[in-house]
Amino acid sequence: MVTYTDEIRKTAKKLLEDKTVDVFIGYKKGTVPMMNEPVLVSDADKADTLYWDSFCGLNLCNYLTKRTDRIGILATGCNSRNIVTHIIENQIKRDQLYIVGIPCTGMIDHRAVLRAVKEREILEVTENGDSFTVKGNDFNETFDKKEYLQANCKTCTHRNPVEYDEVIGTPFEEQEVSEAYRDVEKIKGMASDKKWDFFTQMISNCIRCYACRNACPLCYCPTCFVDESGPQWVGKSIDPTDTMTFHILRAYHCAGRCTDCGACERACPVGIPVRQFTRKLNKDVFDLFKWEAGLSLDERPPLDVYRPDDYNDFIR
Amino acid sequence: MTLKLFAKEQWLTTLEGLKESYKIFVPVRDGDFHTFMPLDEGKKPDFDYPNTRLSPKSLIYPQSERIFEYSLDESAPDAHILKETEKDYSPRAIVGIRPCDAHAFKIVELNFDSPEYKDPWWVQRYESTVLIGLGCNDPVSTCFCTSVGGGPFDEDGLDVILYDLGESYLAKGLTDKGEDFLAKAKGRTKADDASIKRAEELAKSASDKISVNVPVDRLKDKVINELFAASFWEEVAFSCINCGTCTYLCPTCWCFDIQDEVIGKEGDRIKNWDSCMFPLFTLHGSGHNPRDNKFQRVRQRFMHKLKYYVDKYDNGVQCSGCGRCVRYCPVNIDIREVCKLMNSYRSD
Repeated sequence: MVTYTDEIRKTAKKLLEDKTVDVFIGYKKGTVPMMNEPVLVSDADKADTLYWDSFCGLNLCNYLTKRTDRIGILATGCNSRNIVTHIIENQIKRDQLYIVGIPCTGMIDHRAVLRAVKEREILEVTENGDSFTVKGNDFNETFDKKEYLQANCKTCTHRNPVEYDEVIGTPFEEQEVSEAYRDVEKIKGMASDKKWDFFTQMISNCIRCYACRNACPLCYCPTCFVDESGPQWVGKSIDPTDTMTFHILRAYHCAGRCTDCGACERACPVGIPVRQFTRKLNKDVFDLFKWEAGLSLDERPPLDVYRPDDYNDFIR
Repeated sequence: MTLKLFAKEQWLTTLEGLKESYKIFVPVRDGDFHTFMPLDEGKKPDFDYPNTRLSPKSLIYPQSERIFEYSLDESAPDAHILKETEKDYSPRAIVGIRPCDAHAFKIVELNFDSPEYKDPWWVQRYESTVLIGLGCNDPVSTCFCTSVGGGPFDEDGLDVILYDLGESYLAKGLTDKGEDFLAKAKGRTKADDASIKRAEELAKSASDKISVNVPVDRLKDKVINELFAASFWEEVAFSCINCGTCTYLCPTCWCFDIQDEVIGKEGDRIKNWDSCMFPLFTLHGSGHNPRDNKFQRVRQRFMHKLKYYVDKYDNGVQCSGCGRCVRYCPVNIDIREVCKLMNSYRSD
């Protein structure tokens, strides 16, 4: 994946020089290991700050909302699906964008890496094809990248960008994933009270920082329902009822729109697996409507269309 | 100043024995990270830890705290009268707090306990708490306490400091409160010269391990309006997603919001942490928001910590160098880098 960096720089430089775009959105190398920072480049001479590795976990689509300029943007499979969703939902126009697609081999789960080195201080991580090496003061260990992918990347079946103007590298065959929703099935199998306990326990560390919501490209509402003050729908304290209300309502707002990019889970400072909420909805939308978000610019999402032949009585 | 030794294998027994005098908080591993919990909650303390994920500020200044109660029942004689919610200010000890987090309490004390204004809840809880620090033998790469007036064995704000000597802790009493804690602690022995020497060496080698130097020396001389109008804010703020991770994990962020919550006719007035990263933080009743843009909110956070506080209190920066915001910012906005930009800024 590191080999993409040079190509990305060249492409961005060219796009900025020939004025195909006004700005280019990508990542720059982070100041701490396993972290890169989204960056906006508007000067071709600064294209060399762009960087790519398997720690580009924050979804760049976040930075497109309501921009008015012409934008070059990197897009992996999930990011490109979010861009499609953004276009469908009128948050950006297709003709403003020059999408540079990246066939993605998945992002590495930084928490899993920390656990693997027994939480010792990691000073440097270098990637080498299918493996990566983690260095600290008194250790140097190499791991197989496949084993340490983020959970959403392990079950991803859209690693190639779906919408793009050019692709860096060569698109590859999508992986076959069996039992992609094993986690959802497991929760589904619980009795109601156990399910409630499971979710209550899951969010018990939540500090209401809203990193999950703000890392999500779907959460672009000018005022989120939790921030409404007249009327105020949700309390501001860390009362578990309010916290649960936030998480469940937010998840429902993502139904039929979520691409399972994993940005929410990655952003959470206390490691809450928030995808457990959205994945059930993704599965339902797929089972009921054969829908996966962001695959086509020409189809409306199932929850914003009306069909006279809908199988539900109440809507007819 | 008392110097005592505690054998590590006896340490938990010592702390158990102190439970009669204090409610004891200790670092406990909870999933992927550490957090301070009361000693009596059945989880094993773990003092071999870099730092807690969330700062211990919540022990003095809870994220949500009921401050008043009231009744809206018109037939009640005390209808609409605010009554202070009963609180527990019995003695507490935070054992194993890192020096940066204790230093942070001194930084925020200037705000919560000033000659003009006192936050009675913060002040009473702070006064009833004894801080038993644990020096950092192995600071991590994001630590920069030495740049902001602290250090891995800095004693400012602590009542006792512990040196981890491997098999034992050397405890040094720093205040009357701390001496009192040590006097009550069973299993202490007098510290021998070799242990004292070893502790001094540890402190020296720990400081040397912090190679990061974040320059803060010129912040005070900058002109506020020039820094405010600096050209770099938009760029600094680009990647920010305006979540509250930095402010909520920060041991020195003190902003709060007051909310009333009513169920039936019974109401509570609650003090909640707030964050300058949230647009709602400055939203006026009129609908106008003076910090409507993301870069304005990001600028506010850094200007408050690294300029307004510096100018107002002449007490250094409002940052204890714990590095939590550096490590856990979802988009890698790094206060060390922003501080460099501000400290070296020249308007042309």
